[in-house]
Amino acid sequence: MVNTVDTAPLLKMSGIEKSFPGVQALSDVSLKLHRGEVLALMGENGAGKSTLIKTLGGAHQPDAGTIEIDGKRVDLSSPMAAIEAGIGVIYQEFNLIPALSAWENIFLGREQSGLLVARSDERSRAAALFERLGVQVPLDVPSRQLSIAQQQLVEIAKALSQDVRILVMDEPSAALTPLEVEKLFGIIRELRSQGIGIIYISHRLDEIFDIADTITVLRDGRYVGDAPASEMTRRLLIEMMVGRSIENEFPKQAAEIGDARLVVTGLCRGAAVRDVSLEVRRGEVLGLTGLVGAGRTELVRLIFGADTWDSGQITLDGQRLNINSPRDAIRAGICLLTEDRKTQGLVLCRSVRENFGLPNVKHLSVFGVMQQRQERGAFAGYVDSLTIRIPHQEQLAKNLSGGNQQKVVLAKWLQLNAEVLIFDEPTRGIDVGAKHEIYQLMNELTAQGKSIIMISSELPEVIGMSDRILVMHEGRITGEITDVASTTQENIIELAINS
Amino acid sequence: MNAIEPKPQRWTAFANDYGMVLVLLFLIAAFSVLTLERQSSTGADAGHVVARNIIATHGTSGTVVVVAGLKPPDEAFLREATDALKAAGVTVAATIGGKPADARRTIEHVLQEGHSIDAIAATGDAANWSIYDRIESVGSDKCVSAAPTLWPTFAKSENVLNVANQTAIYAIIAIGMTMVIITAGIDLSVGSLVALSAVATAVFIRDTGAGTETGVGLMIVGCCVGMGVCALAGIFNGAMITRLGIPPFIATLAMMLMARGLARRLSDELSIQALPASFTWIGGAATFGIPNPVILMVVLYAVAHFVMSRTVFGRYVYAVGGNAEAARLSGVPVKRVTVVVYTLCGALAGLGGIVQSSKLGSGDPKLGLMFELDVIAAVVVGGTSLMGGEGRIFGTLIGAFIIAVIKNGMNLMKVGAPEQQIVLGAVVLLAVLVDTLKRRGTAH
Ligand SMILES: Nc1ncnc2c1ncn2[C@@H]1O[C@H](COP(=O)(O)OP(=O)(O)OP(=O)(O)O)[C@@H](O)[C@H]1O
Ligand SMILES: [Mg+2]
Repeated sequence: MVNTVDTAPLLKMSGIEKSFPGVQALSDVSLKLHRGEVLALMGENGAGKSTLIKTLGGAHQPDAGTIEIDGKRVDLSSPMAAIEAGIGVIYQEFNLIPALSAWENIFLGREQSGLLVARSDERSRAAALFERLGVQVPLDVPSRQLSIAQQQLVEIAKALSQDVRILVMDEPSAALTPLEVEKLFGIIRELRSQGIGIIYISHRLDEIFDIADTITVLRDGRYVGDAPASEMTRRLLIEMMVGRSIENEFPKQAAEIGDARLVVTGLCRGAAVRDVSLEVRRGEVLGLTGLVGAGRTELVRLIFGADTWDSGQITLDGQRLNINSPRDAIRAGICLLTEDRKTQGLVLCRSVRENFGLPNVKHLSVFGVMQQRQERGAFAGYVDSLTIRIPHQEQLAKNLSGGNQQKVVLAKWLQLNAEVLIFDEPTRGIDVGAKHEIYQLMNELTAQGKSIIMISSELPEVIGMSDRILVMHEGRITGEITDVASTTQENIIELAINS
Repeated sequence: MNAIEPKPQRWTAFANDYGMVLVLLFLIAAFSVLTLERQSSTGADAGHVVARNIIATHGTSGTVVVVAGLKPPDEAFLREATDALKAAGVTVAATIGGKPADARRTIEHVLQEGHSIDAIAATGDAANWSIYDRIESVGSDKCVSAAPTLWPTFAKSENVLNVANQTAIYAIIAIGMTMVIITAGIDLSVGSLVALSAVATAVFIRDTGAGTETGVGLMIVGCCVGMGVCALAGIFNGAMITRLGIPPFIATLAMMLMARGLARRLSDELSIQALPASFTWIGGAATFGIPNPVILMVVLYAVAHFVMSRTVFGRYVYAVGGNAEAARLSGVPVKRVTVVVYTLCGALAGLGGIVQSSKLGSGDPKLGLMFELDVIAAVVVGGTSLMGGEGRIFGTLIGAFIIAVIKNGMNLMKVGAPEQQIVLGAVVLLAVLVDTLKRRGTAH
């Protein structure tokens, strides 16, 4: 840490206030960032982290408060002004133009004149950026075809391509696997040594202790405290964030494991999924992991009928299923919580209540008429148990914080009461307290004899919550770990990269 | 995050939800003021007043003629004044509804027969005619009329009913269009379907029934045929869009051309006039003083509002428009919902065609030209977003009325047709602008 004591901090935000209709998102929040410092901004879902950095990125105007850079007050009235002030922000929800390729997105708004030479130059500069990140992202396909993780990498490359003095990353690792996170940290360390100040937001506590120099905690839109990372303990941090202590982060209670319920044999789809067979048993949590692009999501989408498969067979409780669409799968008692809540999980322009009811209309309606009171009642239960922060049930889904959106998606699938629950990154962007609730819910579900397939890139979670782990690589299942208790992250990573 | 208020409603939210209603009320108030003028006294009430005045000044022994013009309320004036005078024992020598020349001829005839005329019961307009002074032994001083009242022409009950009646057909078609636009689609074929339905119904009645003598049963079958054909066209639209992936704009543009052509072929380019009275009742008559199309419109809006806000189908329609992929992954049969929406839109356009041809008493292949544009305008002005996923059925009703009121108000103020088009264009632009600003306000 290159901490110069006597000069003004690189960034100083003081007394920031921001409210939305019905919600006081920030009240009197202050923050200081020095050159060459990595500051972890921590807090529960809806604590106001994203809102705070949006005021820094010029996306939101604070109702009150001042922002100073190098001791000089700046007016960040637009995203452009923020970029000019040397602030680069990678938002939690991506801002890529779906029709443009990765490199076009990276240089969007800063294109050199439309000459062919400049374009190919931009393309090769993008390629160099990805090389520096040590990742492979297809350069020329429209970014809507990129996976979530790849989109995240494009966003990171985009921010790096600007000459920033302050780099803000809102949950950049949420969609990345440990290997990619390690590469990202390499980059962050390099930037830090160049004197760039970095604000890093994540709900993965391990990462925080790995990368952060100082930690600032928000709760309910207020500043709770800050401390050097070296003086902070995991336990203390959780308590500061959640307001209570959590004894055991992975409260796994193994249920009695019974017969095989969902059996998949020889499932194929092009190069993405190659001859995959697996089974999930009654009361079992099957962890499915692997690197980004290993085909985990593709595999479960096939099981759920979201894509069509070339060959294979699926049976549930011995009965062969003919699944041609998600509707068929839902009828058969299979649900899928998709990895990308924004494009696949929610209808953003509708209320959270309506989103909650969407897959459950069958149970929440009588002769095609929605029973709104029943719907409200059912949803209110989840609002409590998952601590979803909403001012009222008619709040539009797009106005929720990322983690709260994820909880709404989770609630809608839990309500379905499916027999086989497939969770693709269920705790993506969810705070420690709510994660704990979700793990306990998973325990309850397995105790009822349901089966869960959980895809997760967060290895502690996979190890902490699975009864059995399958590792995928390039569309195939390359390893199985039955003795989860004695496995290590290194074991899994080894299985994930070997071919 | 702390809740500041228990209720989400602030004035901005209120303006979002009810802004259009306020605009409509403002327009109504504005046009009421602008068209405030002395109303010539006619109609039933005026007839009653005039009769009473005559009896008061001349007693019940005199001879009176009753004079009025040719407008619909004049008829009521004549009836009411004559009845009241006769009931009091006054001799009514003549009851004249016509032009000044008719009145003069009749009055002269009455005089020739040896009657003397003590008073002339006249409407405000008729009292101003110059004929009386030109007839010997009568003069304009014999005219008795009710005092003129100050009242907005715009807010006269005939005008209001007239506006409602003319709006009804657009509003009915706009229900289907609202659903289509909520799914992020568009249906350009509705105008042509109006003609197709009108022609198909009329041809059916002509060829299978007995023309004007056709029975009610067969007439109803004919209407079903008309709507059915349009529903089929809607299914075809939906199938093109969902199965072949043709953009709604193109698919329905094609249908717009095909349906118009079909209507012209079916009718041999002629307007089919031989329609039974039971058919013209639908669009031409009134029940309890309210035109039937208006009643039909109100009923359909109530049903559509219920469907869109309370039923599973409504939930699905919004979800498909808001995010089709998320809807599909939540088990919504996206394609089926889309096809049903286009089918409903077609059927409602067909119903609109039946109402329109019934009102005009003919099945004409030229009906409904450019209707699609008026209907889309109503939906957009009503606050439904062309991006899909958002919009309200009652918003569309308000939108249809905003457009109708602007048109009618401008007519009353004698604004020319070209200027009217310019104003309406600006109104549509304004509505979309408001929508865009709202969207920008809630981004991020
Ligand atoms: N545009 C908006 N309209 C209304 N409320 C909003 C809007 N944006 C954010 N909020 C509310 O402000 C609060 C803070 O949200 P914010 O996104 O900053 O949380 P966060 O700390 O980033 O949470 P997470 O960890 O889930 O990402 C939340 O309650 C959220 O619902
Ligand atoms: Mg956030």
